[in-house]
Amino acid sequence: MGRYLLRRLLQLVPVFIGTTFLIYWLVWSVPGDPFAGKCGDRGCPENFRAVMTAKYHLDDSIWLQYASYMKNLFQGDFGITFGGREISDIILTSYPNTLKLAVVALAIEAAIGLGAGVLTGLRRNGFLDNLVLVSTLFLIALPVFVIGFVLQWLLGVNWHIVHPTVSSEMRITELLLPGFVLGSASTAYVARVARTSIAENRRADYVRTAIAKGLPMRRVVGVHLLRNSLIPVVTLLGTDLGALMGGAIITEGIFGINGIGRQVLRAIVTKESATVVGIVVVLVVVYLVMNLLVDLLYAALDPRIRYE
Amino acid sequence: MRVSKRASGALAVGAAFALVASGCSSGNDNGGDASASKDGAIVIDGTQPENPLVPANTTETGGGKIIDWMWTGLVEYPNNGGAPQNALAESIETSDSKVFKIKIKQNTKFHDGTTVKAESFVKAWNWAAYAPNGAQNASFFADIQGFSDLNPEDPDGDGPKKAPTPTVQEMSGLKVVDDWNFEVTLSAPTAVFPTKLGYSAFMPLPDAFFNMKPEEFGKKPIGNGPVKLVSWQDDVEIKLTRFDDYSLRDKMKIKDVTVKIYQDDTAAYADLVSGNLDFQQQVPVSSLAGDKWKTDLGDRAIASTTPSTGIIAFPIYDTRFQNPKLRKAISLSINRQEITDKIFFGNRKPADSWANPLTPGAEPGNCTACKFDATQAKQLLTEAGGFTGQLKMYYNADASHKEWMEAVAQQVKTNLGIDAVAVGVPTFAVFRANINAHKMDGAYRAGWQQDYPDVENWINPLYVKGGSSNDGLYSNDQVNALAKEASAAPSLEESHKKFADAVKLIDQDVPSMPIYFGGQQSGHSEKIKKMELTNVGELDITSVEL
Amino acid sequence: MSDPSAASLVSTPRPEQPSEAGAPVNAGLPESAQKQQKPRGLLGDAWIDLRRKPLFWISATLIVIFVLMAAFPSLFTSGDAVNGALSRSQVKPSADAWFGYDVQGRDVFARTIYGARASIMVALLSVIGTLLIGGTMGIIAGYRGGWVDALLSRIADIFFGLPFVLGSIVILTTFNGSGSDNNEWTIMGLVIMSLTVLSWPVVMRLMRSSVLATKEADYIVAARALGAGTGRIILKHLLPNCLAPLLVYGTIMVGSFIGAEATLSFLGIGLKTPVVSWGIMISEAQNYIRVSPYLLFFPAAFLVTAVLSFVMLGEAVREALDPKLR
Repeated sequence: MGRYLLRRLLQLVPVFIGTTFLIYWLVWSVPGDPFAGKCGDRGCPENFRAVMTAKYHLDDSIWLQYASYMKNLFQGDFGITFGGREISDIILTSYPNTLKLAVVALAIEAAIGLGAGVLTGLRRNGFLDNLVLVSTLFLIALPVFVIGFVLQWLLGVNWHIVHPTVSSEMRITELLLPGFVLGSASTAYVARVARTSIAENRRADYVRTAIAKGLPMRRVVGVHLLRNSLIPVVTLLGTDLGALMGGAIITEGIFGINGIGRQVLRAIVTKESATVVGIVVVLVVVYLVMNLLVDLLYAALDPRIRYE
Repeated sequence: MRVSKRASGALAVGAAFALVASGCSSGNDNGGDASASKDGAIVIDGTQPENPLVPANTTETGGGKIIDWMWTGLVEYPNNGGAPQNALAESIETSDSKVFKIKIKQNTKFHDGTTVKAESFVKAWNWAAYAPNGAQNASFFADIQGFSDLNPEDPDGDGPKKAPTPTVQEMSGLKVVDDWNFEVTLSAPTAVFPTKLGYSAFMPLPDAFFNMKPEEFGKKPIGNGPVKLVSWQDDVEIKLTRFDDYSLRDKMKIKDVTVKIYQDDTAAYADLVSGNLDFQQQVPVSSLAGDKWKTDLGDRAIASTTPSTGIIAFPIYDTRFQNPKLRKAISLSINRQEITDKIFFGNRKPADSWANPLTPGAEPGNCTACKFDATQAKQLLTEAGGFTGQLKMYYNADASHKEWMEAVAQQVKTNLGIDAVAVGVPTFAVFRANINAHKMDGAYRAGWQQDYPDVENWINPLYVKGGSSNDGLYSNDQVNALAKEASAAPSLEESHKKFADAVKLIDQDVPSMPIYFGGQQSGHSEKIKKMELTNVGELDITSVEL
Repeated sequence: MSDPSAASLVSTPRPEQPSEAGAPVNAGLPESAQKQQKPRGLLGDAWIDLRRKPLFWISATLIVIFVLMAAFPSLFTSGDAVNGALSRSQVKPSADAWFGYDVQGRDVFARTIYGARASIMVALLSVIGTLLIGGTMGIIAGYRGGWVDALLSRIADIFFGLPFVLGSIVILTTFNGSGSDNNEWTIMGLVIMSLTVLSWPVVMRLMRSSVLATKEADYIVAARALGAGTGRIILKHLLPNCLAPLLVYGTIMVGSFIGAEATLSFLGIGLKTPVVSWGIMISEAQNYIRVSPYLLFFPAAFLVTAVLSFVMLGEAVREALDPKLR
């Protein structure tokens, strides 16, 4: 176990290098001149472009640019944006907000998805089952913007149940609605996968045994059935935290949350490699850690899975 | 010219509207309660400035409006769009429109307590014009004698060789006479020069600026305007407060202004409607359809017109677009009224003149190619020999231009039988790079918002050979000559008359197609009892009463 | 008998053979199987079981309708999906135009019908591609374990880390830069490619988790003890038992991909006019939800119905195939 953990942590290094290079290269390949679009329809003066290009070494080859970026990174310097802002500062202020939002979304998604999954898995093809299916599909079909906008307007503006936007203090109560909106699409997946898993294991021998032993249903479901059905669900939830963080841009916009989504998008379209790499690398670390946690959870959930 | 950055995000759902408006006061004339105003505070919407706040290096609206509030220039543009008036300038005198003697008001202060002197202007302008500083607004100083010495020509154009470092750091045309007087010599007579002086590029800078890096100054800018900066928290808020030593006309009536930074106008609008925000300059598109914003806000909704025009330009360097008859045919086949009614819900007006009619010196209705006349259009198309292949109409997909560009393409297709199609380019950076490189193979969206209120700003940059935004490479010798005469005319009236002659020729050539005149839809909270918009559509914070 | 591989189960009828829609394998199989008096195999059993399910018939019928719609939209509408007139902008649904007109004055009903092709094609093919790549990688990683698992999983992590917008902008502009004159099929292929390349890691993780949980099961151990080869174990034993979560995920993914495709069009790098898709219609309708909610409702309703029929079909097929659920 200890060795396994160590090995997984060591694997971070090649992934880190691979990701940084891949992203750096991708952003570099995005077409367009970052300083051509800075001054609106008038276009920028030649000198402005020359000075900025020289300042950020954009004339150098991709290898040279990447090498100097990595060198600075190892000295703890994330670089600065074209607007002169420290990227480490952006990461430090935006990440906690996005993380909070994504965690709330994940919790809501897990609670609703798992609850619905268990209920529908035990009573398949009933009215509730179909209701859950159709309503979750609608949540998938409607763009996040529509769900967010409608809920914000109804609950926030019309009925005053919640504050329509999130303040900079990021209180948990304010995050419930954005969290639900962000997690809405994934909830359908969790509910569906949980339902299938439960339905499959419902017929397993150990469940029959448990029922035959006379254990109360609550215990059969809660301990035997759920624990054995959780593996695919946990996998989904584990990969989803990263996806929620990376995909929160529209939700962040609607509810006025200062998160990473906007920063990444802005940096991509302006070809600000350093910003994109800085933010995405942290995101990849989140994926890696979550996947490691999920892999460890497998062993805890299912004693047959072992890591040596 | 400033570009709105609000919707530059690819997934943005809001609009990038032209953000320039003529003066307009809200419906309430009763004025405010002086005691409530005195220590009052408001929260208004804004976007994160892209760059540190240095006047000569800011071309986007997010930072631009903070600069407009924090600085007062030599002249100011009245909110009603009228002729510029002296602000910090005591007098600006000239006999030949070439040499200007500028006298400034004595003993006004910067926010750090130092005095605004003639030198504060001269040093700031030299800094902005000096090529190695790479200021975004450098071209505004090109009129001044000696500008070319600070901006030596790149020997091989865009080639690998770098332009040589200029040998001098000061423009020969700027001369400090004493603390309160300086003299500006232009390289050629330019009647409109005093009008330009209200643009933010011409603001004075305190000595502190020259002792530190521009980036550091820009995080804690020191201006000379009615408000000073308290704090700037990136992506969260910018706090401004009344500058008590301000001695010019436009003193603040309230005390504190917090600019809350939103990523998305939908969020700001939700806050505005629920009373958590006091002013939003442009309400989101989703509230414009069916005039919902007027129902939501009632008499707190402010509709204003803006001196900006939406244009579709032709790449005249492309041989297929060199026939003026073809260009006119396409322009005539567009029903502008229908587009502004159905796509913009009447919030913008169909364009019918080359320069925006709100601009001093512009003649209304002088664009004969802006009419809708499908029959004449078809006839002209036949005379021009038709059009082969697909007529692409490009727009940048990272702001909301899709709807109106598609509508235009549809009308051209229906009325002329050309296979016209609107094509989105993913980012403005790509779009702009293609335009700069003269690589467009179809018509493309452009927009123009005036920098300073004069018709000159609508002709020289756009339709004269070598103009800073003449991206389609349109050139007509007669137009060039007339525009040159007009710019050098001794008085604005004569200048305007000459420009009107030039416009008549431009109207025959149809180098681009004006489509709509800008409009702005703003809203304020119940807390604000009285307010005005500036000539560029920003909130005039000094007019706010509670 | 063909192997119950992921592809044959998930793939729905190809447009060119709509008559066989819904049947996961050759529909003639059971009859011939009965004639030859052979014991029915897994698929034969499944077919007998399927035939009795109303759910199967409902979803199969719906899918046939959608496939017909995609292949021959003109059967359903005579309207013009591409050209509009602003004079009809945002006219509400009426007897003339059942679904009303959109902002550009185009017939929403005609557009919804014509939108079926691009939406269903892109979504289905991307899902199949994602399931194939992700599934294969997941099985290999989960079954082999060790350094293979480590390598594949870390590659997946890197791909998972790519922001969707960044990846698709680069892929699509590289092969389909603005101004290039690719025809609609090439663009569709590129869109499918970018969706697949950017979404397989989740499927891979999911498959890997199922394999991990199944590979120590008694029947696998028994098969291995009996001397079955790796290929046989994977195809005959592992795959059918690990497919459930994948299938479920895949059918729902159809819905997400229809939306993702719209995002690409919105960015100006996806499908272009005159191609219509439900996703494009929905994203175009967003700004008008307060006045013309019907613009959003109709394409969304079609989308939900289509996804629902895929989900139900997948469900029916899976239940029929899974002896544990019988």
